[in-house]
Amino acid sequence: MADWPKHPFLCVAIWAVLALLLVVPIGFAAGSPLLQWRVGIYILAGFSGVAAMSLLLLQPLLAGGYLPGVSSAQARRLHRWIGCSLVVLVIVHVGGLWVTSPPDVVDALLFRSPTVFSYFGVIAMWAVFASALLVTLRTRLSFALWGWQQIHTGLAVVIVIGSVVHALLIVGTMEMITKSLLCLAVVIALLVILVKRRRWGRQSHMIRRR
Amino acid sequence: MTRELITRRNLLVTGAAALVTSATGLMVPAQAAGVAPTRSMRGGANNYRPGAPIVQRIGNGGFWMSGTVRRAGDGAPLAGQRIQIWAHTTEGRERDARSHGATLTDADGVFRLEMPQIVPTFGQPHAHLAYDSGDFETVFLRPVMRSPGDTSLEAQFVLQAA
Repeated sequence: MADWPKHPFLCVAIWAVLALLLVVPIGFAAGSPLLQWRVGIYILAGFSGVAAMSLLLLQPLLAGGYLPGVSSAQARRLHRWIGCSLVVLVIVHVGGLWVTSPPDVVDALLFRSPTVFSYFGVIAMWAVFASALLVTLRTRLSFALWGWQQIHTGLAVVIVIGSVVHALLIVGTMEMITKSLLCLAVVIALLVILVKRRRWGRQSHMIRRR
Repeated sequence: MTRELITRRNLLVTGAAALVTSATGLMVPAQAAGVAPTRSMRGGANNYRPGAPIVQRIGNGGFWMSGTVRRAGDGAPLAGQRIQIWAHTTEGRERDARSHGATLTDADGVFRLEMPQIVPTFGQPHAHLAYDSGDFETVFLRPVMRSPGDTSLEAQFVLQAA
């Protein structure tokens, strides 16, 4: 990360691409014709989901220290704040949908919905909650949990796969191309950090053997 | 050399194979002879309001919901059967009373009701239909449109005597 300031053009390019990936899908969703036939709470629920999908992109980037100009302390703090935001957004998303059509949400939560995407969404939701709970236990109660980071990363994989499949299968306010690009970016960001973690794991393993 | 049965690769391959098989619909239960009764679809009864009135048209129309009602076994068309229809449309939500209406089948067991354009809700452009008159077993259907731009949708009922 210390190398970032040496490449100012790269810094600007990364932030510009990131800003586009975060803002453009939300902008297209805001222009969806479907909104005119929806009531406020349903719109709020939908956009909570869209916002969560956007913020999800930042999580692996912050965890891997890939954001230029962000110190590791800042990155950690931001990662935590965004994690909290994801929990809130997921609750607003599911709660808002519940108010809009209770039977559809009950079906989804009980895994008896006719729509496949709701299974992925509900699994991702529980993974988000589990992830938040795990981190809370670790930080607040100094809970010395062996391998918490591996579990956290495992949950992140579930969250990303669940959210991406959930989003892609939905015929909703998000526009297909911008939605796909955002999903692709989230998957790539996750893969990059997984590869990086794997390399670290090997190194630490080698160090231990020595 | 020991050979692990549950490797990551085996898990992935088995899981993927199971997913693909279930998605292709290759796994179907054995069918009885004759025309099998239609089973209620998952989520078909969601936002159902019993006793929707028989109407000429729901709202201002523009979209056609149609289908047939037949008897299980011999597949004979059933005339005069009441089919209730509701959906999220350009004029109202699924749960709104004005989004609900019913129609009767003709002598050929065909029903056809004009309603407002269905728009996607909860991730899919879909309609709900119910047979709930008592002579036959209740059936709730939830057909999905191929494209949100479609202006018609069909649903077929095969009813079994109650």
